[in-house]
Amino acid sequence: MSSSIAWFKFAAPMTFYGLAGRLIPWFAWSAGLLAAIGVYIAFFVAPTDFQQGEAYRVIFIHVPAAWMSMFLYLVMAFWSAVGLAWNTRLSFMMSRALAPTGALFAFLSLWTGALWGKPMWGAWWVWDARLTSSLILFFLYVGIMALWSAIDDPRRGDKAGALLTLIGAINVPIIYFSVKWWNTLHQGASISLMKAPTMAATMVTGMLIMTFAAWFYAIAAAMIRVRGIILERERHTEWAAEILEGK
Amino acid sequence: MLRFLIAVIRRDLKLAARRKGDWLTSQFFFVMVVSMFPLGIGPDPAMLSKVAGGVLWVAALLAALLSLSRLFADDHRDGSLEQMLLSPNPPVLLALGKALAHWLIYGIPLLLIAPVLGVQFALPGDAIGVLMLSLLVGTPVLSLLGSVGAALTLGLRGGGVLLTLLILPLYVPALIFGAGAVDATLAGVGAEANLSLLAAFMVMTLLVSPWVAAAALRVSIE
Amino acid sequence: MHWGSWSEFWAMGGYGLYVWGSYGVAFFAVLIEIISLIRGQKHTLQRLRRMRNWESE
Repeated sequence: MSSSIAWFKFAAPMTFYGLAGRLIPWFAWSAGLLAAIGVYIAFFVAPTDFQQGEAYRVIFIHVPAAWMSMFLYLVMAFWSAVGLAWNTRLSFMMSRALAPTGALFAFLSLWTGALWGKPMWGAWWVWDARLTSSLILFFLYVGIMALWSAIDDPRRGDKAGALLTLIGAINVPIIYFSVKWWNTLHQGASISLMKAPTMAATMVTGMLIMTFAAWFYAIAAAMIRVRGIILERERHTEWAAEILEGK
Repeated sequence: MLRFLIAVIRRDLKLAARRKGDWLTSQFFFVMVVSMFPLGIGPDPAMLSKVAGGVLWVAALLAALLSLSRLFADDHRDGSLEQMLLSPNPPVLLALGKALAHWLIYGIPLLLIAPVLGVQFALPGDAIGVLMLSLLVGTPVLSLLGSVGAALTLGLRGGGVLLTLLILPLYVPALIFGAGAVDATLAGVGAEANLSLLAAFMVMTLLVSPWVAAAALRVSIE
Repeated sequence: MHWGSWSEFWAMGGYGLYVWGSYGVAFFAVLIEIISLIRGQKHTLQRLRRMRNWESE
């Protein structure tokens, strides 16, 4: 066990650099292919919704973006916990590499949510539990990235960011439930957003395909970023020098 | 253990008594921010009493963050923070002590100023009582969560703004329950539910945040 | 296929602004990220090479 952790600590960045380099094209191309299929289903296969008309086609972007923004945060929290527990450098780097893509999806879920909400509920924005906690999630992403960029020392930045990520992970569910509770008191603003119309099977398929596209895209993007971080941190080692001199 | 905790708190209280300027700045900030709102939104008493809970709570969050950016900074500059961390006493108690001292110095005065501002906002008596109670239960959350942010941003350029960016989203439950308690009183539904949820959130932060703040201090000092 | 013509496709049953506003912004946001990723990768390599040369001199 201790030897495997030692391997994780010292050899992992080098091995992972090569592995990621080989995997990135696969993830990137399958993300592109899945997105193409998903968009095709969204516009040409999925039927017109009898309640929402054509406006519902936004959900093929909105729902995957919202799911990914939460999922990527959980993955970041996982890597942060692993990093703090075993001091594995690679897991901190993964967390750093995921954050910008997570923030992008959080932004997209807010943006598309507004564009979906306007024709459906007549408002760009309501202070509903899900919308509000998405907004707070976006703020958390921004805060974590701001903290990283303010700390020059990579080791301090790694751990400080990981602590903030974890405390945010505890807080997001609390925020969700507190806003939900708050909404029950302020009846005026409450529109039941939960009432999803029964969805046709093709809609679910399209949404799942788009979700996988977003997931593979996030993996590819994070791997490209993590390779940059690894190279920067390891530039004094022999293998990194070889790569830098190689081309 | 307890003696160390008390020593940390007493030390900060003594230092605060010596530097009254800092302390007054923070309290006046609170009063001024709150006083700007009627000028901005109009003097209608019905509207003012409706927004009073939210305005006072948001101002309390900002005032807390303003003072929190210096929570560890002075001790860090003169090296005493490092000495205290190197001492055999657990860092958790140091973090807890600093947060509690901050609450005593900055939280309690807010609580005492709040009724005056509540009267300015045309709040009825029972709502003012609930406002004070909500601040009593809620301001420890501000000091405790804020101490995590202060430890994370220790010694960074632009630390104050960064601290606000990091911690403000985490304050949301305290804001909702605190301001909600005042609103519930005004609506005549009773503030018990809001206050007990606020108390639960306070207990949770009390149990979790000193550990995180201590870990953050160790990361920042290394 | 339930679009009679291109103009019907772009109109999205009157919801064109919302649907294309979502897809358009999502597409451009991802495009910008991809470009910045590729450029970032190149810049990192260049910068690290320059640092290396500078350090070895």
